[in-house]
Amino acid sequence: MSMLQIAGLNVWFGAARNRVHAVKAASFSVAEGESFGLVGESGSGKSTILRAITGLASTGSGQIEVEGQPVPARRPKPFFKTVQMVFQDPYASLHPRHSIDQVLGETLHLHGFKDIDNRVMQLLDDVGLGQKFRFRYPHQLSGGQRQRVAIARALAPEPKLLLLDEPTSALDVSVQAEILNLLADLRQNHALTYLMVSHDLSVVGHMCNRLAVMKDGEIVEIMDVSALRRMEATHPYSQHLLQASV
Amino acid sequence: MDTLLDVENLWVKFPTRQGLFDAVRGVSFSLGRERLGIVGESGSGKSMTGRAILRLIRPPGIVEADHIKLGDDNLLAKSEKEMRAVRGQRISMVMQDPKFSLNPVMTIGDQIIEAYRLHSAASKSKAHAKSLEMLRAVSIRDAERVMRAYPHEMSGGMGQRIMIAMMLIPNPEILIADEPTSALDVSVQRQVLDIMDRLVKERGMGLIFISHDLNLVADFCDRVLIMYAGRVVEVCEADKLHEATHPYTQGLLNSLPRLDMPTDRLEVLERDPAWSEVPSVSGRA
Repeated sequence: MSMLQIAGLNVWFGAARNRVHAVKAASFSVAEGESFGLVGESGSGKSTILRAITGLASTGSGQIEVEGQPVPARRPKPFFKTVQMVFQDPYASLHPRHSIDQVLGETLHLHGFKDIDNRVMQLLDDVGLGQKFRFRYPHQLSGGQRQRVAIARALAPEPKLLLLDEPTSALDVSVQAEILNLLADLRQNHALTYLMVSHDLSVVGHMCNRLAVMKDGEIVEIMDVSALRRMEATHPYSQHLLQASV
Repeated sequence: MDTLLDVENLWVKFPTRQGLFDAVRGVSFSLGRERLGIVGESGSGKSMTGRAILRLIRPPGIVEADHIKLGDDNLLAKSEKEMRAVRGQRISMVMQDPKFSLNPVMTIGDQIIEAYRLHSAASKSKAHAKSLEMLRAVSIRDAERVMRAYPHEMSGGMGQRIMIAMMLIPNPEILIADEPTSALDVSVQRQVLDIMDRLVKERGMGLIFISHDLNLVADFCDRVLIMYAGRVVEVCEADKLHEATHPYTQGLLNSLPRLDMPTDRLEVLERDPAWSEVPSVSGRA
């Protein structure tokens, strides 16, 4: 069964001469348990697709189905139990005056969990942080540790689909390796489906099974990672991307 | 080779409740008409080195050095007013994050025009034409629309290209680029680097390229300083980076995912406390 199905998705911003058509008729589907990558240059609309799925991009048209159910314009509460997002910048995505305990506790409370105390501890262990980080504030953590907290927060409602918006692009290569390993472990342990946006082909090649290449808001090619490794891109733009990243 | 910039025994310190914290510890290097790369993780002091050169570290931060020489002038001896004539005009810096470097309430066009007119007596219309040309030079499609737009309407990559356009428009002698392309994707990265490359060659500019991306630095620079915990642990020719001997450099290289060599798990860097005790290696050419 497909976890996520997108058909003819259009997103635009602005009006008249400043109108930008950010996503043009994007269609793809992500199977349950799969890890699907979206690559393309900045401004190609890959993050906008993620925002459209979560309902953060207001003007758009097209079909979005999660677990076979069409998603209504105003996202219902159960939607956020199924779909969660990890943002690009761990420095901007955590409330600076909330401790890690508050960040995770609030999310758990909003999703109606009762045993918050145990779950916070469990989440911290899941992302490899440990209990000593529980009452710290974001400024007391490094970038990699913050991204772990952001991942823990996304995992709190026990989602099935994680949307990852460049989860490691703000991090060092050595920390990137740790976070990518963590994400791979979590996917295995929690049977998660990933939709991952990245501009780094080697990261997508490492993490994903299939990927879509985007250019100017359009998906120009969908291919298997094995084809990517064999350098068998058919569209000239994907070939150009491949050449630039080897 | 003539030396544009010479830094001797640079220290950057910050007072904390636990005493002085040394962010940069005794770094020496020189820069000619070349592309010098500084690599290291965040917290290794590479950005602080770049900022210290421009005297952009504010109190209570402390900058100490035997000298920071730009040509024959010692930058440490200059007054704040004299430094303002250096910044932008002679040494320019592209910062890490375009979101915090662009003025959110000014259009992009106005900001670039301002940067240009601050250092030259050009007319408004000439500055406008020059700005458009510069935006096109950093491969921004639709430059007319971008001139009218505000920073929040730009993607991260476009913002960074705008920053580069703005910093290069006064035609400085030295460009310090602090992670200029980490927000950009590979295809645009190459274009932006080619633009910087052309400028370094054509105008005889010196470039200090600060980055955590080892492959990029190996490709793009002439010489590389590898920093760890505020010290330079290794200096090498960029094309020989993959033969680097220091375990830290090797660890960084191995932690990168590779398309041609798929693995289930990436190697995680193991740090040795002894690395931060070894004195700094001199980065003189």
